[in-house]
Amino acid sequence: MKVAITSTGNSLESTIDPRFGRCSFFVIYDTETGGVEILPNPNREAQDGAGPASVQLVSSRGVKKIISGEFGVKIKSLLDSLKIQMVVYKEPEKTIQSIIEMLKK
Amino acid sequence: MSPRPTRLRRVSNPPVISGFKPYGGKEQTEKAGTVFLHFEEYEVIRLCDYEHMNHHEASKVMDVSRPTLTRIYAKARAKIAEALVTGKQIIIEGGKIYFDSDWHTCNSCGCYFNQPEKNIEVLICPLCGSDKIENCEAMNEDMAGTHRQCSEKCVCPGCGYEKLHEPGQPCKEQVCPVCNGRLMRKNNLLRKDI
Repeated sequence: MKVAITSTGNSLESTIDPRFGRCSFFVIYDTETGGVEILPNPNREAQDGAGPASVQLVSSRGVKKIISGEFGVKIKSLLDSLKIQMVVYKEPEKTIQSIIEMLKK
Repeated sequence: MSPRPTRLRRVSNPPVISGFKPYGGKEQTEKAGTVFLHFEEYEVIRLCDYEHMNHHEASKVMDVSRPTLTRIYAKARAKIAEALVTGKQIIIEGGKIYFDSDWHTCNSCGCYFNQPEKNIEVLICPLCGSDKIENCEAMNEDMAGTHRQCSEKCVCPGCGYEKLHEPGQPCKEQVCPVCNGRLMRKNNLLRKDI
């Protein structure tokens, strides 16, 4: 299963981004193969509609779970209809590496 | 210009059955046909006639406007009446909907999560795998309700002038007395954090 984590930078040492739609990078972690893919978010500077555009981006990668600090109001119904699980994790100090370690357990 | 796309209706749970079949009819009624009741129409019947909500309350639950809810309700009743009178079977399917999911919280890592797949029971935390999870109603209310509430105040986006909103007077038609800009409802400004 693929998991998307919002990240502030493009390495595993970066911390989790508290926003979903306008995060800097998406780290897509595959729980089966252990592979990691880092995608820059093209909607970072978007005026509006960043959330739905980001949903489209991650869902096109086959992601089934998204971990982020917060989700906007337009996102919930979209993700519910796409059957993507949302995990709200409010620990801005955590690095992507430590979150992947938690997922491995 | 193309019309606005239909707003997704929130349905809390899928119905326990997928339809109804008539029985005891004569030969010709058996081939009477089928009425397709949409999920949103099932939900509106459930809310208004089973839970005894009024249309205003039900519209908030389904996240649509009150007039839209009344239209869905009228359609639902018309379909059910058609099935009863002409002996058609009812199949519940389709519609512009999403199934609302419950929110849970994990006491081990402190995260919040939902489970959009209705038929999977939530037993462990999707992040840390701990089983110390509990249902959390407040989170759901909080997230669902934020964008439906309208602030009582109109505000000028240019200079920050505020005044109390008068019902029936659209804020965007009002002019700011300080800088002559158009006013808007206060919480519309805060929506950019999505």
